[in-house]
This record gives sequence, C-alpha cells and structure tokens, in this order.
Amino acid sequence: MASRVDRRPDPEELLRRVQADERRERRGRLKVFLGYASRAGKSFRMFDEGRRRKERGQDVVVGAVQSKVTPDIQEILSKLDVVPTVAERHAGRNYEVIDVTAVFRRHPQVCLIDGLACDNPPGSRNPQRWQDVEELLKRGISIITAVNVQHIREQQDAVERITGKRPPYSVPEEFLREADEIEVVDAPPEALLDRTSAGNMPDSRGLAELRELALLLAADVVERQLQEYLESHGIAGKGGAQERILVCLTPRSNAPDMLRSGQRNAQRFHGALLAAYVEQPGLPSQDQERLQSHLALARELGAEVHSLKGADFVEAILDFARAQRITQLFAGHSMGDRRLRWSRSPIDRLIDAAEGFDVRLFPHLEAQ
Amino acid sequence: MSGQPPHPGRGRLKVYLGYAAGVGKTYRMLEEAQAMRQKGVDIAIGYFEPHGRQETIAKTEGLETIPRRALTYNGTQFEEMDTDAILLRKPEVAIVDEFAHTNVPGCERVKRWQDVHVLLGAGIDVLTTMNVQHLESLNDQVWQATGVRVRETIPDWVVDEADEIVFIDLTPGALRNRLERGVVYAQEKAQRAMENFFTEANLTALREMAMRHTAHEVEEKREPASVLPASSRQERILICLTGSPTSAALIRRGKRVADYLQADCLAIHVAAGAGGIEAVERHLSFARNLRIETHVIESADVPRTIAGFARERGVTQIYMGRSAPPPWWNRFAETVVQQVVRQARDMQITIVAERRR
Repeated sequence: MASRVDRRPDPEELLRRVQADERRERRGRLKVFLGYASRAGKSFRMFDEGRRRKERGQDVVVGAVQSKVTPDIQEILSKLDVVPTVAERHAGRNYEVIDVTAVFRRHPQVCLIDGLACDNPPGSRNPQRWQDVEELLKRGISIITAVNVQHIREQQDAVERITGKRPPYSVPEEFLREADEIEVVDAPPEALLDRTSAGNMPDSRGLAELRELALLLAADVVERQLQEYLESHGIAGKGGAQERILVCLTPRSNAPDMLRSGQRNAQRFHGALLAAYVEQPGLPSQDQERLQSHLALARELGAEVHSLKGADFVEAILDFARAQRITQLFAGHSMGDRRLRWSRSPIDRLIDAAEGFDVRLFPHLEAQ
Repeated sequence: MSGQPPHPGRGRLKVYLGYAAGVGKTYRMLEEAQAMRQKGVDIAIGYFEPHGRQETIAKTEGLETIPRRALTYNGTQFEEMDTDAILLRKPEVAIVDEFAHTNVPGCERVKRWQDVHVLLGAGIDVLTTMNVQHLESLNDQVWQATGVRVRETIPDWVVDEADEIVFIDLTPGALRNRLERGVVYAQEKAQRAMENFFTEANLTALREMAMRHTAHEVEEKREPASVLPASSRQERILICLTGSPTSAALIRRGKRVADYLQADCLAIHVAAGAGGIEAVERHLSFARNLRIETHVIESADVPRTIAGFARERGVTQIYMGRSAPPPWWNRFAETVVQQVVRQARDMQITIVAERRR
C-alpha cells in the first residue's frame, strides 16, 4: 500500500514501550501449545520441545504432568528433571498443585507445565494454575505449556454451544494473547476418534467446530502480533489476512441491507465489521433520527461504530479506511447522485481514491 | 485414513498445509507414513524432495521409493515423478511431496496436482504437502503482504476437494532459528532468505493466512455449500472481465468472495467487436480453470449489456474493475463503471481496486 509511512510515536508512547521492553527482559518467555481436543498431541509436542531444548544445553525441568501419561511422553520424562507436584485433598476432591517454591529454589531456565487449565484447592498460594505460571514468569523462568481451546474463558460460550458442556476450569484469553509464542497443534478429527475409544469425546462434527475455533483464535492472536510488530517497526497501513468491512452510513442510506450484508460477510470471512458516519452540523431532525436508528442497528448487529470528523466527507472516510486496514467498503448508491454535471460525486471520488480495498455500492431504499 | 470416500473407488487425498519451507510439512507427512507402514499399510514414496535436510531424510528409512523419471529439456536433465510407474506398482497409499510443483515441459501433464488426480482416479490414496501462498485466491494478498508474486499456483477447488487438510504450525521465531542453524537451506542461501522472504513480518502474515484458510476448509467440510438448499444460496456474483491486466486480480477477488459467501459465480465479457483479443481469451480461460461459468456477448453497449445479463440471470452482485478516467477532451463523460452503476441500481456493485504495496 502507498501509505507505508514512518509513524513517529509520541513521548508517552515511547516511555510505555521502553517500560514494556524492560519488563519483558526480566520476565521469562511464555510459549503455549494450543489444541482443540485431548489426544491431539499437545503434551507430546510440548515435552518434545523440552527435550530438544535440553539437548541444546538449556536447563529444563518439568513442573507439572497430567495424570495419564502415554509411553512416548514417559520416555521423554525419563530424560528430564521433574519438580513433583504436591498432592492435596480438599472437600473430597484430589488436586495436584505446582510446587512453586521448589521451582523458585531450583530456578531452571525453562519449566514445562502440562495442563495449564487447572484449579488449586482453596487456601493455595493462587486460586488457579495459570496464576502460578504468571508468578514463575515474573521471576524470570521461561514456561512452555499446553492448553485446549475449550479452556479459554472467552471461548467457553461457543464451546458450550458446540459440546453442550462447559469445562470447569478456564484460562483468560488475555493470558494467551500476552504469550511470546503460540503454536497450534492441528490434526484431523478422524485421527483423534481413531485414537480414542472413550465416549467422552464430541462427535466428529463437534470436533471440527472446536478445531475451527482454535485455528481462528490463533489467527486473531497472530494478527495482533503482526500489527504490534509493524507498529513497533514504524510500518503502518499494512493489513493482515483478516477481512475488515466498513459500512459507511448516512441518514438516507439503506442501512438495514448494508449492515445485514456486512454482518453476513464478516461472519463468513470471520472478519471484523465496522460502521462509520461523518458528523454533519445542522442536520435536520428527521435525518438525525434516521441516522440514530441506523447506528442503533449497527450496534445491535455487532458492528464497531465510529463517528468521524472532517470537513470533507470523502477524505474523512478514506483516512479512516486506511488507518483501520479496511478491505471492503460498503456505501449507498444514493451517495453517487451528481447534482451538477461538472462535479464528481462522492462515490466517484471514493472509487478513484480507493487503494487496497473494494467499494461495494448498495441500492437505494426507493429502488427496491 | 478413515471415513467413506465421496466417490467409491477413488483414492483419498490428504494435504499437509504450511506457510513456508522448513515448517516441517514433509517431516510430519513422513512420520505419519512410517506409522501407517508399521500398521501394515502398503505405502510407497512417489516423490520426495530431500532438500538435503538430514532429519527429514532419516524419516524415509524403510519406506519404498518409486524411482523418478529423467527428462531432458533444453539440454538440461530434470527428474519428475513417474506417474506411470506408480500406477503400475499401485500401492494403497502414495507419498507425493510439493503439490504445487509445475512439471518440466514435455510431461503428459503440466502440474503435479494433475498427476495426483490420476493417482486418485486409480484408487490410490495420496499424502501431499503445500504452502498456503500457492493458493490461487490468495495470490494478490500474498503479494501485498510479502512483495512476492507466486507463480506456481493451485486453483482453490483442487485443495477444497481434499478429504483432509492439516495445518503444520511453527512460530516464525522458531523457523528463523532453524534457518540460522542451517537446517532448512545451506548457510549462504539461508542468510539471503532471512533478509528477503523469511522476515518476521512476512512469515507472520503468511502464517495467519494459513490458519484462516485451514479454518475455512474445516468449515466448508462441515457445511459444504452443495448440501445447502438452493433457497439459501441467494447470492450470485457476476464478474465483468476485460483484457486489462487488472482482470486477473478481479477474477480472483470475485471468486474468493463467492466461495466464502457460498454464492454462484459467473463471468461475462462484452466484446464490442468480433474476434477475440488474446488477453481476454487468457482471462476467460483463467476464469474457467477456477470453475467460473463464462459468457461472451457481442454488443457495442457494454453497460446496458452487463446490466441486462445480470438482471436476466438473477445476479445480486456485479464485480468490476476500476474504469480508466475519461479523456481530457471529455472530462465529465460517464465511465463504464458509472454507467453500470446508473443502470443497475437494484443490484450491488463492487468495484475492485488494484492492490498496491
């Protein structure tokens, strides 16, 4: 895109960045293997990475192992130091708690934690295991861990819709987003169903839905990492792989059609839906009301609504579209009316200036 | 591989999808092949590209390799997959590396995926590898993100038809480490690669595309458009193609949106005079290769013909490229786009801008 200009951050932003860098330097690095079902091979991949790192000379210990260990994992474990978890019993339930103090004392470079989503019994140092991990990271110990999409808190409504069950433990999505590295462990559902005879597994359709959920979550995390990387390197206006749809609203546009179509497109592409209008002073009250009802509908359909300022309607929209890395812009035909033969209509100007995004024109209300 | 093939007797296709050389596609494919061999499956290597990677080469141990065939082209020796020899040997499963490969001229088929189709047709299951940037529909996006125009492309429907697709992930950091250690390419080539194509930003963008594409494939297999009732397939997209070089991107974009919306996709070219222009023919055949239904109509009134055809065929969205600006001596003349917009006000019209870097 043409707008790959240097963006000089303001001093406060610079300070924030320096502080974040310092924090990051002291902090251990977090790597998360993300899967979508048990037996997809997350644990193996995690321990295998631990083994390879040890072979390359890093000081690696195991901080937590899951109760059922397959023979291939057992083989790797036999080559690694283990700081055993502490078994506790509370209100008739068994717990395995990471021995945070012992790991601190041992202070390895890297600690492997299987089963990130896990409760600690009441009265523990931290209510949940991911908080133990957070403490280890703060003390400069790097962590490699594994988690299923079912256990990401913000995904659990979707998971419940798919499987009919809500897993008891959860990890906040923010924890995943803050990870230095995230790696997807993908496998076709058929392979998992072959491997397991347990009736605890969702059917292949459910597994496919969970798999999609995990891939899209990872894609979102990666998209954000890409944007952060580009920003910190002074590269602006470069889009990721996500479709971003902007619906331009005016009082007289056919907002319901545009917004519904925008929503459907965003859903099919798993993209983002934005709606924007350019503020106009002295709008007649009738138009004002129509605009307000358009905006209400936009919010109802899940669009992120923005109000733009600017003397020139087209410039305001174009600037916003560039800054937001828009890939499809929806506008009404009505904006294309040429009142005077020798003037360019706003739509013509939008189409002429559109760089890197498509302009989709929608019919008038009257035309329908 | 399990499950019932959609066409009885036809082999099943499994694609290991990555986002760059060195992420471990071939390694994972061979690992799985070894597991199958141990279970007693009759499996053979039809084509394997070692790239001098020791860990990967070690994974071929004990697997039967069907020798390649040697060809001479322009005085240079080339080796290609020997499809006939594989057919003769007829294993249950064949391993075929590099799905997007283009054969040397003189082979029966232009593309390796066409050879794979022959194997599948003979009832042989195939395991294969490819990177996301070879998908036709992503060609412009890949160029935009990385500056590289990928020449070896595969039409999306070929990959859509795979029975299974697995995403092979590795973080860009880990991949760059591998390059540094000389695991992927020889030291000097690795250094150049890291400065050019294998940058953190490029790799991250490609990785995201691969994740999103795999998610899309998983969704399509779960709810294929073909099982939807006709009534829910309301959208129909018409692409207006010309001889302009921007038409290729227009076709890719229109088809990609149609695929995601599970819409029908047609293309039209309105010829003002008789006789095909070479560029138009090329675009029409490109569209047909992507399984777009194409129409050529002769008429001097381009906008009216497009609007009329669209209405007749129940089109809901028209896809057009940007018109050239009007000539200086008639600065306020309506462009083709403006005329179509005026004549098809009951339809959605999408104007696809050229992508720039």
